[in-house]
Order: sequence, then structure tokens, then C-alpha cells
Amino acid sequence: MQEFSRLVPTTTQAAARAGAVPQASFIAGGTDLMQLWKNNVQAASLVVDLDRLDLRRISLDGPTLRIGALATMAEVAEHPDVKRRVPAASEALLAAASPQIRNMGTAGGNLLQRTRCGYFRDPGFACNKREPGSGCPAIAGENRELAILGGSGSCIATQPSDFPVPLVAADARVELHGADGQTRTVELEQLYRLPGDTPHIETVLRPGEVITAILVPDAPANRRATYVKVRDRQSYAYALASVAAGIELQGGVVRDVRLAAGGVGTRPWRLDASEATLRGQRLSPALIEQAAARATDGAQPHAKNAFKVTLLRNTVRRALQAVTA
Amino acid sequence: MTAPITRRDLIGTSAAAAALPMPSLADAPAPAAPAAPAVAALTINGQVHRVAIDQRTSLLDALREHIGLTGTKKGCDHGSCGACTVHVDNKRVLACLVLAHRVEGRAVTTIEGLAQGDTLHPMQAAFLAHDGYQCGYCTPGQIMSAVSLVEEGHTQSEAEIAEWMSGNLCRCGAYTNIRAAIQDAARAKRA
Repeated sequence: MQEFSRLVPTTTQAAARAGAVPQASFIAGGTDLMQLWKNNVQAASLVVDLDRLDLRRISLDGPTLRIGALATMAEVAEHPDVKRRVPAASEALLAAASPQIRNMGTAGGNLLQRTRCGYFRDPGFACNKREPGSGCPAIAGENRELAILGGSGSCIATQPSDFPVPLVAADARVELHGADGQTRTVELEQLYRLPGDTPHIETVLRPGEVITAILVPDAPANRRATYVKVRDRQSYAYALASVAAGIELQGGVVRDVRLAAGGVGTRPWRLDASEATLRGQRLSPALIEQAAARATDGAQPHAKNAFKVTLLRNTVRRALQAVTA
Repeated sequence: MTAPITRRDLIGTSAAAAALPMPSLADAPAPAAPAAPAVAALTINGQVHRVAIDQRTSLLDALREHIGLTGTKKGCDHGSCGACTVHVDNKRVLACLVLAHRVEGRAVTTIEGLAQGDTLHPMQAAFLAHDGYQCGYCTPGQIMSAVSLVEEGHTQSEAEIAEWMSGNLCRCGAYTNIRAAIQDAARAKRA
């Protein structure tokens, strides 16, 4: 691990300004950073510790649920307003990591967890994300866990977190505080960049920009929602495929529907074609089948992850069955 | 009569035995200068320890290497196994993923802080009674996690206990007895 000095600012503005210098890194829960630093995947010479910022509150602001970026994963999962407004987010958090890690990891930090691709995590290998231009051994190598959606010739790494999947489905936004003192909000789905030729640039965050909150709008389809996660073992594992599904039915007709998938895309993947298949139609097993089939529109499976095409369709079907039962 | 020598005494002295003959490093490249250690005042089991440690030091290494509390175990050192589970402000966390300097001013409890003198914590006693281990390496982490799990109230069924203990791996596979010990300790607490 590279040595660093640590700064503990008490205001978001001071943190943003400190974080804007090259080689600076914010630390919140630190659960992913500690692994990345120990393995020399990532290094910082200045660590800007967010521990003393007042960004931990979860509150209702009219129709908007506001989740402070420094609330822990456990605090968010157990919060009554989260369970009521966006239950799939609570379910996703409880299906993530372990109880110990959920006591440490934060809402904002979890959005930025880096890929679990084994090549990225091991500096002994080439990786375009870790070392731009060095190549991607995953595309013709061990790609069982990697993406079938959103990949490029440079990178097929998945965004591994569960929490952003139901949030993307719920049209959540993130509130950002910039080094220049300006704040802005960005659609969570748009926070993540597709890898293209620059897989090392993962988000649209500007230098020093701090995620201060996650904003979730209220909607019947966000309240009636669930999260289905499929993994190699029953607990404490990353998703091979996961689906957040929310629905609003009126007289048997789909009035609103939100679907997003995790574990299969280079970012939390909104399933637009499946939603379009369902919206305005009378719900039936046949309709669910059609929607599930559209989930893999544009999928590009690789030698060892082609099973994810079937797995994703089946997970969409399961999630829709569960949320409409 | 001389005092018996314990394993711990030997481990303790070996750390100080820097005078042992070492191969010459004259030909090796000079290591980078270590980061200047800074003093951290860490409250462990109610006692304040002032230790001069590098900013990079994990709470796990601070406990084991600098304070001499070796009950907390290092398994994977990457947050995958749970062997280093301790409590910070009464919540279970993984000491290998915590920077020690960040827990200044917080209350850390380790396995050494559970017993009251010679009286074991009820969870420790339950692990003994149910033989909730084989090699014992994961046991301190299992017990620290189990104490929290009971506090959190996740003991309604064996399946719930299994799910909420999933962050603690046991390579010997003592899970059946671990779950039995936890169920027993939880029942005793409710009674």
C-alpha cells in the first residue's frame, strides 16, 4: 500500500476542494478502498476522510426520499421510509455483502464500488481499466462473472453493487457538491459511463465532486417493488444476475413498470425494452414471458458467460411473478 | 518455582528479538522511507492505548502488532472471512478494513473484552458447551459476530441465524454447532 497523509475536513466544501487535487481519494466506509489499496490496484497520496461531514440523515422532503450519502448500508436497509418508499432498495442492501460490511459501507460509497473483475483486481495482469491501453485479457479469458450488456472491445467488467439496481429502476438521482461550490443533480443511471474506449473513466464525477445524497422520487411502482438476486451461494456473494422490478397495476393492466438488472451489465442496466413490452398491456403469463425475452436485447455473451442470457431472462420472469403475486 | 512459559510469552518475546542474526541487506535496494508514524489514542475494551502508527495501519494490525491483543485473528485480510470481527461503538465490523486512526474516540471491543474476569460471556460459554469450533481460528470472529447478532435480534430461526452469520466463514465446517450455540445463548438471554 502506498503511503498517504489523511485530512479530516468538517465541511463538504472543504472536502470537495481537498479532493480535487490529483492523487487525492475520498474515504467513506473504506471497505472497497482498503482492498484496492492493499492489492496496489489503486493508490492515493492524500486521503480525504468524509467521516465528520453531516451527510448521514435519511429524510422525506415532500415526495422525495433523501438518503444521506454517508448513511451506512445497514442504516439505509432498516430505515422505515426506505422500506415504505423503495422496498427493493432495502432488499438489495440486505442481500449485499455481510452484516459487518453493511455496518461499514455507505450509501454513496456503495454506488462507486469498483468491479470485481479478477484481472482488474490483480496488478499482475493487463487491464484497460487499471492501466489504460494495456489490454483486456477477460474478453478471451475468465469472463464467467462479467458483463453481457454494455461492454466494449476494451472492457466487459460489471458494476458489482446491488443497491444502485433498484435505485436506477426507481429513477433515483444523486446530488453532487463540486469543488467550485456548485451543487448539481444527475440521474443515477447517467452517473455511470459506459466503458467504450475509456473504461478507466467510470463516472461523470468531476475532480473533487462529492456525492452528498441519493434522491428517490415517490411512485406507486417504486412502492410495489422487489429485488431478486441469483448467486453461486445463498449468501455473501456478488450477483450473477439480479433484477429489481416495480409495478403499478390498474384493473389488471400495467400502468407503470420499472425494471433494472445487476450483475450482467457494465452499469446498473435499465431494461427499457422489457418495460415497453409491459406498459399499457393486460398482465398475463404470456406477456411476462415476452417481457423477459426482451431483457437481453443487444446482449453480447462471451465464451464463459453465455449462461447469463438465459439466467437474466429467468430472473426477470421470477421478479415479475413475485411483484405481481 | 519458576512461572510456566506460555505460548503467548514466546510470541511476545519473538517480536522484540530484533537482535537475531539477519542476512545482510546491503545489496538490496533501499526501501522507501516509512511514513512518519503518528500517535493514535485507541480505546480498546475500555482502556486507552496510545500507539505510534502509520496512517495505513489497519485496526487489525494495530491490535495484534502494536497493542498485543492477538485474540482478533487475521484470516484473509480482505474482508472476506470475518475472522477479524470486532465491535466499534457496539456494531460489528471487520478490523482488517478499518484504518486504525479513524477509530480514535470510538469504543472498540475485542474478544478479550467480553469476559468479566474469569467469568466467560454467555456466548463464549455457549460455544464451549456446544463445541462450536474445531481448529478455533475463526472462533473469536464468530463469537463477536454472534454477540452482535443476538443484540440485533436476528435469532428467530436457524435459517435467520445462518443468514446473519454469513460473514463469518469456518473452514472446519463447525456451522451446525455454531448455530446451536447461538440459539442457546439467545434463548438464555430471552429467558
